[in-house]
Amino acid sequence: MSANFLDRFRAVLLAILLTAAFVVPALAGPFEDAVAKFANDDFSDTDEAIGAVATSGNPLAFPIISALQEGRLSADPDTKKVFVTGGDGKIIDAATGAAVDKLPDNAAAVRLNNRLRRAVEAALGGLTLLSPDPAKRIAAAQSVFKSHEESALAVIDGALAKETNKGAKAAFTEARAAILLYKADATEVEKLEAVAIVKARGDQEAMALLTGLGSDVPPNVARAAASAIASIQSNLAMWSMVQNAWYGLSLGSVLLLAAIGLAITFGVMGVINMAHGEMVMIGAYTTFVVQEVIRTRYPGLFDYSLLIAVPLAFLVAGAIGVLIERGIIRFLYGRPLETLLATWGLSLVLQQAVRTMFGPTNREVGNPSWMSGAFELGQITITYNRLWILCFTLAVFVILLAMLRYTALGLEMRAVTQNRRMAASMGIATSRVDALTFGLGSGIAGIAGVALSQIDNVSPNLGQSYIIDSFMVVVFGGVGNLWGTLVGAFTLGIANKFLEPVAGAVLGKIAILVLIILFIQKRPRGLFALKGRAVEA
Amino acid sequence: MTPHVLTRSLDRSATIFLVVVAALGVLIPLSNLLLPAGSMFQVPTYLVALFGKYACYAILALSIDLIWGYCGILSLGHGAFFALGGYAMGMYLMRQIGSRGVYGNPILPDFMVFLNYPSLPWYWYGFDMFWFAALMVLVVPGLLAFCFGWLAFRSRVTGVYLSIITQAMTYALLLAFFRNDFGFGGNNGLTDFKDILGFNVQADGTRAALFALSCLALILAFLICRAVVTSKLGKVLIAIRDAESRTRFLGYRVESYKLFVFTLSACMAGVAGALYVPQVGIINPGEFAPGNSIEAVIWVAVGGRGTLVGAALGAVVVNYAKTVFTSGPLAPYWLFMLGALFILVTLLLPKGIIGTFNAWWEGRKAKQVTANAESADLEDGVGEPKPAE
Repeated sequence: MSANFLDRFRAVLLAILLTAAFVVPALAGPFEDAVAKFANDDFSDTDEAIGAVATSGNPLAFPIISALQEGRLSADPDTKKVFVTGGDGKIIDAATGAAVDKLPDNAAAVRLNNRLRRAVEAALGGLTLLSPDPAKRIAAAQSVFKSHEESALAVIDGALAKETNKGAKAAFTEARAAILLYKADATEVEKLEAVAIVKARGDQEAMALLTGLGSDVPPNVARAAASAIASIQSNLAMWSMVQNAWYGLSLGSVLLLAAIGLAITFGVMGVINMAHGEMVMIGAYTTFVVQEVIRTRYPGLFDYSLLIAVPLAFLVAGAIGVLIERGIIRFLYGRPLETLLATWGLSLVLQQAVRTMFGPTNREVGNPSWMSGAFELGQITITYNRLWILCFTLAVFVILLAMLRYTALGLEMRAVTQNRRMAASMGIATSRVDALTFGLGSGIAGIAGVALSQIDNVSPNLGQSYIIDSFMVVVFGGVGNLWGTLVGAFTLGIANKFLEPVAGAVLGKIAILVLIILFIQKRPRGLFALKGRAVEA
Repeated sequence: MTPHVLTRSLDRSATIFLVVVAALGVLIPLSNLLLPAGSMFQVPTYLVALFGKYACYAILALSIDLIWGYCGILSLGHGAFFALGGYAMGMYLMRQIGSRGVYGNPILPDFMVFLNYPSLPWYWYGFDMFWFAALMVLVVPGLLAFCFGWLAFRSRVTGVYLSIITQAMTYALLLAFFRNDFGFGGNNGLTDFKDILGFNVQADGTRAALFALSCLALILAFLICRAVVTSKLGKVLIAIRDAESRTRFLGYRVESYKLFVFTLSACMAGVAGALYVPQVGIINPGEFAPGNSIEAVIWVAVGGRGTLVGAALGAVVVNYAKTVFTSGPLAPYWLFMLGALFILVTLLLPKGIIGTFNAWWEGRKAKQVTANAESADLEDGVGEPKPAE
């Protein structure tokens, strides 16, 4: 403790002494001279000053250059004094680091032109290579890797010798390899080693670096580079496949989540519910309300907001679903086209009601901490929210499947689906089962809304954007079959994402729609059609 | 059309309808053009254009009623045929602008200059001739309907499946027409029209003529529909609507009948769109929105499906309500109204205005007959709501 205090005391003392030393004008060294050049308001002088300050090794170099970049460096042309205004508004004398109360009246910001801006960036790159923060060092090394600026080699070599952080060390090694690769007087052995290092990195930038290599390299190096390019290319192609597959799975999980409730109401009950998308929207707005309450009352619970929202959204959307079934749909059984129109009308009413209550603009729904961020897997980035949604979707699917298979309600639902009149004669209250089934489908749509609120805009139009896709999934997968919905959703999701890079997002989507329309001609009952008499009714 | 067909296809409500439309088609333009502005009976030009719009909607509603009311095909994509007809007409109107556009290019429409098109895309060829554009108004929607229907009906896609894939069709077209590189002006669509057949589209005279033409087209569409539904073909269509499998087992080629009536209906919708565009002055991809097509279906449901007159009436009534609501302080409630209309009509008024009125009228006649026969038998029709007269 006391030793620590003493250390600090000594450091302060030293700083004071140093400051005092710098303040004395007679002792002005090269650093001060360089700084003073900023006050000349001459671009070539400024350029020299940047170079001199950046290589001075003075601790003030970084604040000065970054202040210059952000227009916070000002100079007094009369006294040749230069000042740094900190981000916090504190002003220091650039040459000495001494605090200054206020800028002189005739101080003006040091001007830059585009050439100087580049010089500033390069200087900052070199300075941050020595930054105490490893993340900054890595970022600086990456930028050197891209620019393969020869002047950075000395700094990199120095930094590499001292480096202890593993990630930073790798980044420095790669940056060094990039420089050597382009350095005219590097030996062939050095260049071959560099090719190997760059090849091991194996990403888009490594390839750009290797393809940018001119023809004036030794033939061995050129050959090594060519083979490295080929290997990187096939590696990248594989990763882009993996990435497309992941995006496809992610889109598929969203589609499945949106369509799974529809698979119950449309598939099991044969009811066209055009207001299904609005159930999703209601789920999303439930999440919004839950988060609002948590924000204002119990801010500590924010990470649990989704866990609270899921059951609530199920109940709210499910209750509305039961009301819809009892109030409208039960009068329209056996008239599917009329059901379609009535539920469409309902969707308009629900949308407008939400618009009236919450306003027409997007509502902010936050990600809890465990859903934000991303991690790298090889060459692709996987965001946590997409990963969670995939897991959540599969969980909902399994639970639903188990519910239909093992519970009494599930048994009754299947019975009513397969043969309504027979089920009724066996004592099943079919109208109760209808209401509960519809409520279940709507409730699951509500849960989907909770998940979708994490990746989509929560607005009154949220449901509209999913309704056509959801119908496509159910129709494609086959009506009355949850497995069909699963396969349909993931097939469409992956097909969409693999078409996208080839045809573009919109054309890819159009192509999918056209393909489904053609597919329905071939298999009017979808991929997994129910067999038997039930479907003929 | 022989007199025989005419007399057979006209009952009283049809006659009243035709007389009313013909009278409006003549009187409104005359009043607009001949009476001095400010006179009590003078119809202002903006109203002429508005009524012209209603007439186009009525044609669209007729085309939907023909397939939904008489053949049981619920298309949720008829807005697509309407919009395609509109685009064909819009392309003609764009070509007529010539060098008067903002960029003054004699061949390329403004948006193509803006988007750096080197030359006119091949599918724009010929649209500088009116006869070609007019032909395309029929051919493009008709061809799409023919191909789509041929695929769908042959593989027996029926009921809600057909409805959903027609919706997907119009949705796909919506996405396509929103693209700038699709060559139809992207999300701005086609607009800024100057003249049609040499007449200024903004002029009162042109507007009045377009309105009269729309009424004429409505009358023709109505007569064609009547001729179809009262013919033997129409009887088969109704049989398909009520029992498709049975009709097939009786030896009729159901898919051919459906395909014919679907294509005919698409052509009518295309004509409606073509008349709509010069009166409204713009066509954009928003017309393809699935919501528009469903809204058109509800016009038919409100008026009374399977009555033709009802479809046209429904289109006018609902759109008049829309105009009144959306232009006043009630605008935020229009969607509530429209939504409630969907629900209430399907639940309480499944036959629509005309259907309910007809049922009531026939019930009254039957009552008179039974009263004359001194029978105590009452007609059924209990639980049906009292129709609005």
